[in-house]
Amino acid sequence: MAKPPRKTPAAKKSPAAKKSAPARKSSTPSKPVAKTTGGLKTPIYKATKAELMDFYEQMLLIRRFEEKAGQLYGLGLIGGFCHLYIGQEAVVTGLQSAIEPGKDSVITGYRDHGHMLACGIDPKIVMAELTGRASGISKGKGGSMHMFSVDHGFYGGHGIVGAQVSLGTGLAFAHKYKEDGGVCLAYFGDGASNQGQVYESFNMAELWQLPVVFVIENNQYAMGTSVNRSSAEDQLYRRGESFRIPGMQVDGMDVLAVRGAVEEALKDVRGGGGPVLMELKTYRYRGHSMSDPAKYRSREEVQNIREKSDPIERLKAMLMKQGVAEDELKILDKKVRKTVADAADFAEESPEPELAELYTDVLVEQY
Amino acid sequence: MAVMNMIEAINSGLDNMMERDDNVVIMGEDVGYFGGVFRATAGLQEKYGKTRCFDSPISECGIIGAAVGMGAYGLRPVPEIQFADYIYPGMDQLISEAARLRYRSAGEFIAPLTVRSPFGGGIFGGQTHSQSPEAMFTHVSGLKTVIPSTPYDAKGLLIAAIEDNDPVLFFEPKRIYNGPFTGYYDKPVEPWSKFDAAQVPEDYYRIELGKANIVREGDEVTVLAYGTMVHVARAVVEEHGINAEVIDLRTLVPLDIETIEASVKKTGRCLIVHEATRTSGFGAELSALVQERCFYHLEAPIERVTGFDTPYPHSLEWAYFPGPVRIGEALEKIVGELKS
Repeated sequence: MAKPPRKTPAAKKSPAAKKSAPARKSSTPSKPVAKTTGGLKTPIYKATKAELMDFYEQMLLIRRFEEKAGQLYGLGLIGGFCHLYIGQEAVVTGLQSAIEPGKDSVITGYRDHGHMLACGIDPKIVMAELTGRASGISKGKGGSMHMFSVDHGFYGGHGIVGAQVSLGTGLAFAHKYKEDGGVCLAYFGDGASNQGQVYESFNMAELWQLPVVFVIENNQYAMGTSVNRSSAEDQLYRRGESFRIPGMQVDGMDVLAVRGAVEEALKDVRGGGGPVLMELKTYRYRGHSMSDPAKYRSREEVQNIREKSDPIERLKAMLMKQGVAEDELKILDKKVRKTVADAADFAEESPEPELAELYTDVLVEQY
Repeated sequence: MAVMNMIEAINSGLDNMMERDDNVVIMGEDVGYFGGVFRATAGLQEKYGKTRCFDSPISECGIIGAAVGMGAYGLRPVPEIQFADYIYPGMDQLISEAARLRYRSAGEFIAPLTVRSPFGGGIFGGQTHSQSPEAMFTHVSGLKTVIPSTPYDAKGLLIAAIEDNDPVLFFEPKRIYNGPFTGYYDKPVEPWSKFDAAQVPEDYYRIELGKANIVREGDEVTVLAYGTMVHVARAVVEEHGINAEVIDLRTLVPLDIETIEASVKKTGRCLIVHEATRTSGFGAELSALVQERCFYHLEAPIERVTGFDTPYPHSLEWAYFPGPVRIGEALEKIVGELKS
């Protein structure tokens, strides 16, 4: 069924690939330059003012939602494990804005609240799932890490690190098999990029020329272990080279850079070019989960990134430069805060699932 | 002697073994620089260096596979799998390699690794941070499975596991790291420091694998439990005023069947309690063994109180958890005839 794999060795096209120096010696350029293998371009997206406002609202919604989730966790309304997306908003906002809802599919790991909101899923039922209520999107049975929506092409929400990459490969196979023109965005983190099954998936995806964009959200820390303490090749966009998967490294704190790059990736994939690997360099401001004191990095490091690269502040500055009045942004902020407050109220007021729900959805039959 | 919670006792056991034996090495996700997400390896990298206590990538299959190779060449690796729920990518290495290396090399090579892994529920962890997969390992010949229930036992058993020349799964009930949770989830858990079992020698000692511990003597019914459920069962027995004998199995493989047999022959009744799902759970094995050995002494059917045959839920955790209500009902049912 598959087209033969790419004949051109992807890596040869790339100037980055010529430097075959060991990873540890790879130098960081003085200003952020998108790096690629396989000849893909990474232009900055030229957004209209309306699009910029949409991006701003989307990122703000994710941030305020996550802040509220953090508060509810502190109050004991959310239990167990809760991984916040604060700092990474530009990644999912840029990527999701480029795909075609109803046609493409999305799958991610456990840090999934932002992806659900960016897929257009109602914040109320996401928040209700976090608090384990019957009105939650998985009836309270999944929790923070396990949420799904067929209607929105959102295939989860997966708690096991890296496992979703193989599932995403399967989704892409199904897109191709059904000839529906869809592409799968398979998100995972820098930590997951060291799981063996990720590479099994890379090989299959290129071998079978599957329509999948492998998205590495490199937030620099796999829990408490930084990328360069856990990865022999810490330039993660190059991880597909030996499978001939072209890669691109993009500033994941800049929503326009993300959008520009993913458009190129999607063009290549939709054109039948097989998989593309995107590495989005980003940063999480909070701990890995709510119980992580984040002692493996300095407060200054976090503060520095917040001050210099915050994706929302960057976009806000751009909007104001373009003549958007501060009042207009304040109105937006108010609207977002209300949406989030309503979601929290809804989540608190909803009942817990009925006891009988314990035994539903285990298998097709009730037993 | 020092007062230790279960984490501190495990840390102390690792420390003793690293000091005694240069071949003991620790690896796992976040175990080095960060000292482990539950702090079980805190300070060990500082003390013994990065070649003996080090971070691994998130690669469970690779971690366990490498540990098997290290063990075959004379090291004594103690890999940590951060949550037992993450162990499945390493199953192939555990089952096909670790468990079988000795057999297929006719004893020439061994796999003396000890895989430490926090397991069990009661922490609102949902389906990927709460599982009790012990029966998947007890089913595999060639693996040993150890589950401590107190700080004192955790240290002594861990040392015995590390010194053991066969692969050991060392499952740590994370719900009781800080204190013996009794299943009464609306009451605060008392810290280990209030209990004798928190008196732990700072020096080396071992508790032999395969020796159960009778934590409470009695003659009306035998209760078999391990890990967190030892404390839950004991609390329920006392609340109901039943003169039960509560046995902490400590190790599932090897199993101290003699202690179990002697107890059931004395009481004539048996209740088995575990968090894991019921079907093909370790309770099924225990029930079969008790029936085989004690059939003519039994005064009532053997009962099991276990997790339901469902994934571990996110909400409704206390309905799922085999807590005091369900254990109490089972106990009353077993001893009902005796009381009337």
